[in-house]
Amino acid sequence: MAFESLTGKLQDIFKKLRGKGKLSEKDVKEAMKEVKIALLEADVNFKVVKEFINTVTEKSLGQEVMESLTPAQHVIKIVNDELTALMGSKESKINFSDKPPTVIMMVGLQGSGKTTTSGKLANYLRSKGKSPVLVACDIYRPAAIKQLQVVGSSINVPVFSMGDKTSPVDIAKASIDFARNNNYNVVIIDTAGRLHVDEELMDELKNIKDAVNPDEILLVVDAMTGQDVVNVAESFNEKLDIDGVILTKLDGDTRGGAALSVKAVTRKPIKFIASGEKFTDIEVFHPDRMASRILGMGDVLSLIEKA
Amino acid sequence: ARTRDNFTSKIDGILSFGRKVDDELFEELEEILILADVGVSTTEKIIDNLKEKAKEQKLKDAEKIKELLAEEIYDIMEAKETSFKITQPTLILIVGVNGVGKTTTIGKLANKFKRDGKRVLLVAADTFRAAAIDQLEVWAGKNNCEIIRHEEGSDPASVLFDGIKAAKSRNVDVILCDTAGRLHNKKNLMEELKKIYRVAQREFNEGNIETFLVLDATTGQNAIQQAKIFKEATDVTGIILTKLDGTAKGGIVISIKSELDIPVRFIGVGEGIDDLQEFDSEKFVRALFE
Ligand SMILES: Nc1nc2c(ncn2[C@@H]2O[C@H](COP(=O)(O)OP(=O)(O)OP(=O)(O)O)[C@@H](O)[C@H]2O)c(=O)[nH]1
Ligand SMILES: Nc1nc2c(ncn2[C@@H]2O[C@H](COP(=O)(O)OP(=O)(O)OP(=O)(O)O)[C@@H](O)[C@H]2O)c(=O)[nH]1
Ligand SMILES: [Mg+2]
Ligand SMILES: [Mg+2]
Repeated sequence: MAFESLTGKLQDIFKKLRGKGKLSEKDVKEAMKEVKIALLEADVNFKVVKEFINTVTEKSLGQEVMESLTPAQHVIKIVNDELTALMGSKESKINFSDKPPTVIMMVGLQGSGKTTTSGKLANYLRSKGKSPVLVACDIYRPAAIKQLQVVGSSINVPVFSMGDKTSPVDIAKASIDFARNNNYNVVIIDTAGRLHVDEELMDELKNIKDAVNPDEILLVVDAMTGQDVVNVAESFNEKLDIDGVILTKLDGDTRGGAALSVKAVTRKPIKFIASGEKFTDIEVFHPDRMASRILGMGDVLSLIEKA
Repeated sequence: ARTRDNFTSKIDGILSFGRKVDDELFEELEEILILADVGVSTTEKIIDNLKEKAKEQKLKDAEKIKELLAEEIYDIMEAKETSFKITQPTLILIVGVNGVGKTTTIGKLANKFKRDGKRVLLVAADTFRAAAIDQLEVWAGKNNCEIIRHEEGSDPASVLFDGIKAAKSRNVDVILCDTAGRLHNKKNLMEELKKIYRVAQREFNEGNIETFLVLDATTGQNAIQQAKIFKEATDVTGIILTKLDGTAKGGIVISIKSELDIPVRFIGVGEGIDDLQEFDSEKFVRALFE
């Protein structure tokens, strides 16, 4: 859908530029107008789009069109390469501690997918030979602890809980001792969803961080998030200095421009993506695939790769 | 007009200082709308109308532009319908994608309707998500209202069937039916939802059936797709926009109203039982520019 519109529009723009030649300023400007719209429609943040367009315009000006490509394809290639580079040119993995247990803390807005993803991550890490324990630090949401317990039992991973009357900081601290005493080498802390503007609850996260010194603080972000994602990511990162991002609900039909925005404002890697409600629906993030999804043109890109 | 003065003072920041009406001004207004998730095409439509009217009326004063912009958006958002009232036995089906706030909103709605003196019954037709039934049960407890539940994994349509039967024999005024979060592009899950909806139509045909689509205000352009497809499946009669207590503006409902004409009924402004408000288009438009 979007694939056709962007490629089609670019082809129209370059119609006059038959065959080869240099990309002129006028052509590039016009093309970038279309790229800008495509990125905004994919929910990339307005300010991020502006910056991106400036960079790509500079790179495109005066470039000789490649032998094997049409001018439209050539511009798409430049845009795609830049998008991929921005999203991190290589995959990044979990930092494991030399002194187990490795502590992973899951944070994010309400409903982004923290609890489900905690379960997926536990399941994933166990398949890599680790022995994880899940920690129930959401003492606020109705039946949040029960939810984590159901998740734990369905993947056969133990859940450490102290009910909803102990503070999350104390629960987190106690869970580390529990893991040490029972030979669990990964601790995954599920925290309550919260707004980035909720000072009290943001302080709570900082206190948990200070208490257990996590090896990984992962921000869980719903891939359908719109323009506001930059405020969210910026606030969580400022408060906690996060280590990475997990993008969820990519099994939907969103273009997922949030991925680019989050990366642009935090400079932290997207480590995993989640795409389903099953516990196996998690995988390592690939920047190139995400770039083509945001542009909505996998087909054109595979054509370019062959070229 | 009513709170319009209030609204205009909020965008004074951009529009004051005796600014000229020029392209730069319109670009800034465009940016505000895009950043509020209004979306490119609706934003362009609004700005184009604005430009045209500014030209027609020969406006040279940026002050007047803001009034026009406000009116443009009010015109789209203003619901023809009056506010939502329960006047006969009503079944409200709550639908939406994962994690938007469906179950929590049911807790809040139950509280509202009980305060209005209605007898409320909850139906736990999310039989899929871990502890979804327990979560709804907690809300039933807080509201001291009845709940119909089956086991996890059972057929959601049959839970609703039982709920409707119970509601009839107990003289319930409002049935609030929770459903599992589902992405609109999942064919089988949307079929399951249609089946639930058919049970509602068949078993509750003498009453009023409403389908409220819950949208998360932080959601971007995908919400349009959500609204389209959920509407096709269950004839959505209203939108509930949640999580407006954050910094997201929820501007996507402007596009949805303009394209699909679904009114926004309520907004969610927190996780507490009282954090539900009736939608007020003026307040909403004002907040877009805060
Ligand atoms: N389709 C889909 N649904 C997901 C995915 N990840 C999580 N979900 C669903 O999203 C909803 C919210 O997930 P949770 O794990 O409860 O989210 P949370 O961040 O823990 O929520 P709170 O604790 O309430 O803040 C549930 O219905 C999950 O099943 C995903 O990758 N794809
Ligand atoms: N800040 C804020 N949080 C909300 C609001 N409404 C719901 N939430 C939170 O959002 C999260 C998800 O809410 P749920 O009611 O479980 O959402 P759901 O749509 O039923 O989720 P699934 O059944 O998993 O699809 C919870 O942490 C709620 O407390 C709101 O208006 N504001
Ligand atoms: Mg949770
Ligand atoms: Mg629910």
